Amino acid sequence: MLPTTADLMPVVVAVPVAMACLLAVLGRALPRRAVDALTLLTMLGVTVATVVLLRDTGTGRTYTWLGGWTPHGNVGVGIAFVADPLSAGLAVMIGVLATCALLFAWHYLDAVGGHFHALMLFFAAGMEGFVFSADLFDMVVFFELMGASAYALTGFHVEDETAVEGGLNFGLVNSLGAYLSLAGVALLYGRVGQLGLPQLGEALGHHRPDALVVASFVLVMTGFMVKGALVPLHFWLADAHAVAPAPVCVLFSGVMVELGLYGVARVYFTVYGETLPHDDIRRAFLVLGVVTAVVGAAMCLGQRHLKRLLAFSTIAHMGLFTVGFALLSSDGIGGTAVWVVGHAGVKSALFLLAGLLLERYGTVDELELHGKARDQRLGAALFFLAAIGLAGLPPFGTALGKSIAEDATLTSGYHWGPALFVVVSALTGGAVLRFGARAYLGLGDAPHPEELAEATPGDEEPEGSVSGRTPLTMLSAIVVLLLAGLAAGLVPDIGRAAAHAAERLIDGPGYAAQLLSGVRPPAPEPEPAAVWTSTGVVLSLLSTGLALLVAAAGLWLRRLRWLHVLTPVMHRLHRLHTGHIGDYVAWLFVGMAALAALVGLPLM
Amino acid sequence: MSIYAYLVAGYLILIGSYGIVRSRHLVHAVVSLSVAQAGTYVLLLAVGYQRAASAPVFGSTTKPNTGVVDPVVQAMTLTDIVVSATVTALLLALAVQINKRHGTVDPDDLAALRG
Repeated sequence: MLPTTADLMPVVVAVPVAMACLLAVLGRALPRRAVDALTLLTMLGVTVATVVLLRDTGTGRTYTWLGGWTPHGNVGVGIAFVADPLSAGLAVMIGVLATCALLFAWHYLDAVGGHFHALMLFFAAGMEGFVFSADLFDMVVFFELMGASAYALTGFHVEDETAVEGGLNFGLVNSLGAYLSLAGVALLYGRVGQLGLPQLGEALGHHRPDALVVASFVLVMTGFMVKGALVPLHFWLADAHAVAPAPVCVLFSGVMVELGLYGVARVYFTVYGETLPHDDIRRAFLVLGVVTAVVGAAMCLGQRHLKRLLAFSTIAHMGLFTVGFALLSSDGIGGTAVWVVGHAGVKSALFLLAGLLLERYGTVDELELHGKARDQRLGAALFFLAAIGLAGLPPFGTALGKSIAEDATLTSGYHWGPALFVVVSALTGGAVLRFGARAYLGLGDAPHPEELAEATPGDEEPEGSVSGRTPLTMLSAIVVLLLAGLAAGLVPDIGRAAAHAAERLIDGPGYAAQLLSGVRPPAPEPEPAAVWTSTGVVLSLLSTGLALLVAAAGLWLRRLRWLHVLTPVMHRLHRLHTGHIGDYVAWLFVGMAALAALVGLPLM
Repeated sequence: MSIYAYLVAGYLILIGSYGIVRSRHLVHAVVSLSVAQAGTYVLLLAVGYQRAASAPVFGSTTKPNTGVVDPVVQAMTLTDIVVSATVTALLLALAVQINKRHGTVDPDDLAALRG
């Protein structure tokens, strides 16, 4: 049998794993540059392969049953890898982000012995496997593979006291989430005797859900929601992002967290889409999404440690993405997909700029950096560009995705949708702008000495040893990411392509029919092109303008006495983020109980 | 399979999680995580159990068409154990490093990441 495009899927998982093993063994013997080059070439190869896969998949699906274990009827023990436009697009994103992170790491990090590179490759392979897998147990295994490499990467600076603590918190909470998912998989297997997503969907079918089906749904989703950092399962994220090396944060914020939501969406539509009513799921995830967005934005404003600030902005955006998913419509999910791409570009660029600041000044604390980075002209320009991109200035992909998703909320009858999107984008963008204005421009009230003396969370060691001019590899990684964020808003027809991708994701019965019986899906209906609308542009400009106001208010907060009424609320919110692993696990169960109540109670 | 095994599985998952919540020692917390995971092993094996069936190894003593327990859950359990070994080793290594840097492994005394 001739190899087809579908055979690329196992290859993009296997090749990085093989290379990672090779580097783990030979890393010490090879010179640093050889390790760098091999890793970078591997990820470039993966990126090219996934681009080919995306192109050949078009608006349909390509799939392969690994080892030729095709199912007979609805029964089979084989495992399928499936690419539809959404999973192939995510696979490309993983490749591009990993390549840029490695390019940045070329002159960054005193990585010895190839461990860092091997871990990055394992991490990327785990994520690629997760997006392609059409088998529930396999998804959990890939989830753990990317998890284990992520914990190790978080605690990479073992000499840094906060890094090891952040890594441990991340590892414990995420592993517990994964084990709960596994318990859910076991329950489902006990009911159906199958593990493949299409077989599970067929078997559950239109039956009225009973307690066991709901319990398995809640358990499986809990693991994915931990990864997707939905409040109150989000605590690990800020700790992990604050301490992980900057290139690792690119993969964390850019795509790993979003994969949690992808897991929720994929499993819901293929397995539970016919049995759990859409209204029920919509309500549950709208509530979780709104809470996540509001808490994330409020916490983001209160941070002075840049990486922690960006981490909370990621949580706030995950809330908005969850709202977009919860609409369960092709517009809502398509808009979210564009937004995720735009967000990955600008947020990753911001994390890399944070890495540059950390390396040069040994701190990313807003007050300590006050006015210190004035000489960084280029850095400042890139930082402000990315920050207003995050706030949603057209033509960044963030703005296009936001405006499509806003339209979708209105179509679904949620008139508060655009307001939420605008306010949360403005608050998080404003917080980042405020940091930039203080660090790069020296604006704002000078810090009190006692404020400076306050120990900040995550006082870090510089991560590299570059002085003088910023190396070209670092700058090019940042510029490429920013351009990707821009391209997401400028590529013609990207909105329509995303809507078609979302249609394929939603079509659970079509997924099962194609994998089990080879039924080709009908060509997508030519929808009205999801493009820039005048309302969308106006709302995007509004969120950018509000972000500037938020930034100004933050800079001169001491003069705005009336804003201080919010201080007790903020203090209370901050006190919940204790950095205590026991509290995090307790909150995990609160979140799981909330999901169970939101999904289960209406079905009683 | 009697309901007893399922009760044990649920109990292990919950008591392990409770152990992490109330933990005063990080090694204890990591081992509690393993206890919670042991619950998933019990659950998986209980799901595949058949009364009066033999191990899923066909050969001279076990002819095809005789009843065997489900081999898929056993494969899943094995995979799960491998994952657990990796994660537990990694987390214990981090706990050792925390002890070196902070001089304590009591989560109540670790406050580097507050706020």
